[in-house]
Amino acid sequence: MPSLKDLKNRIESVKSTRKITKAMQMVAAAKLRRAQEAAEAGRPYAERFNAVMAGLAKSVGDSDSAPRLLSGTGQDQTHLLVVMTAERGLCGGFNANIAKIARYQANKLIAEGKTVKILTVGKKGREALKRDFSKHFVGHVDLTEIKRVSYADAAGIAKDVLARFEAEEFDFAKIYYSRFESVISQIPTEQQIIPADFDAEDAEESTLYDYEPSEEGILADLLPRGVATQIFSALLENGASEQGARMSAMDNATRNAGEMIDKLTIQFNRSRQAVITNELIEIISGAEAL
Amino acid sequence: MADTMQFDLVSPERRLASVSATQVEIPGAEGDFTAMPDHAPVITTLRPGVLTVTTSGGSDDYFVTGGFAEITAEGTSVLAERAFAKADMTQEIIDDLVAEADTARGEAGAETVDAATKLLADMVAAGTAIGLSPKQPSL
Repeated sequence: MPSLKDLKNRIESVKSTRKITKAMQMVAAAKLRRAQEAAEAGRPYAERFNAVMAGLAKSVGDSDSAPRLLSGTGQDQTHLLVVMTAERGLCGGFNANIAKIARYQANKLIAEGKTVKILTVGKKGREALKRDFSKHFVGHVDLTEIKRVSYADAAGIAKDVLARFEAEEFDFAKIYYSRFESVISQIPTEQQIIPADFDAEDAEESTLYDYEPSEEGILADLLPRGVATQIFSALLENGASEQGARMSAMDNATRNAGEMIDKLTIQFNRSRQAVITNELIEIISGAEAL
Repeated sequence: MADTMQFDLVSPERRLASVSATQVEIPGAEGDFTAMPDHAPVITTLRPGVLTVTTSGGSDDYFVTGGFAEITAEGTSVLAERAFAKADMTQEIIDDLVAEADTARGEAGAETVDAATKLLADMVAAGTAIGLSPKQPSL
């Protein structure tokens, strides 16, 4: 049975924990709004871009002259997994869920005899995958210093990935991130970026465009941008997901702390009562003994 | 014939303009051109330059660094890699952009050096056109 003093201390400590989690929840809520706005602002670009690319890819896709970013290297040996997670923890299962699908895919590819390379974006994913896959790591992008992801950050990552592709370091590239569905639901997603994989259903209703310069020229110009665009929208979705996940995790933590405080308070009151009763019994039995 | 068309200017980070325009002057990769309503469908890449949108209420200038434009009879969408309203352009931004293009030219291989040089020259020209004085590179 803990003493009254111990109980009091524990109640105090849980109370201050609750204050912290409550504050974190509110900060996450404010950041979530901004992240969500950024994700929404980025959507029109990504949508138009993909629609145009899908149309282009459809008309050029089958020809032999298609760029390698679209048609692939013709091999299926080396896979690059770009795992995008957060820089910070305390956001529920957010980082763990992304790491989980990446780990599952990596194991599957290794079992099939493929070579797996992993590029991590965000510290937490690196930590989660370090134990099993550290010899597969080929690079890491640190976003700790960046408060708001900008297109330039995504372009930097894309440049790195494209340089590796040019150097024929891999045949397939996939990104792993969390798609923001709502505050309580973020869906870990896998998306293939190289060779470009456009949903044919997104293709424009066969408008016949004039292309200036040639279709191939435009495609060669746009495909690298497409990689950057996809990485950028993934980063934005990830940002919103992270804050959403943190918000609900901290909401839960705040509620749990509240429950714990209630429980401890009851225990504290009971103990105090017991002490008083004990004292009374002692006084009464003392008086009777006289 | 319709008098106006839908014009959208979006960058990856935000939507800069979505208006009903009477004409749009676009700095295409193979030369400037003006798109008006009922233009034949065209997709073109952009070079760094100044994009002018004319609406019934006047005209607006935007600085774009690259990307592409999709023109149909009903409207024009410009997807710019980076875009700034003319009023938001500062000497600092143009200096950064020119420096960036200059670095890219330095890194470019034999095949791409011409394209990189053109990009740099376009960037400087566009900066001058918008009334700033970008640092002239030594070409």
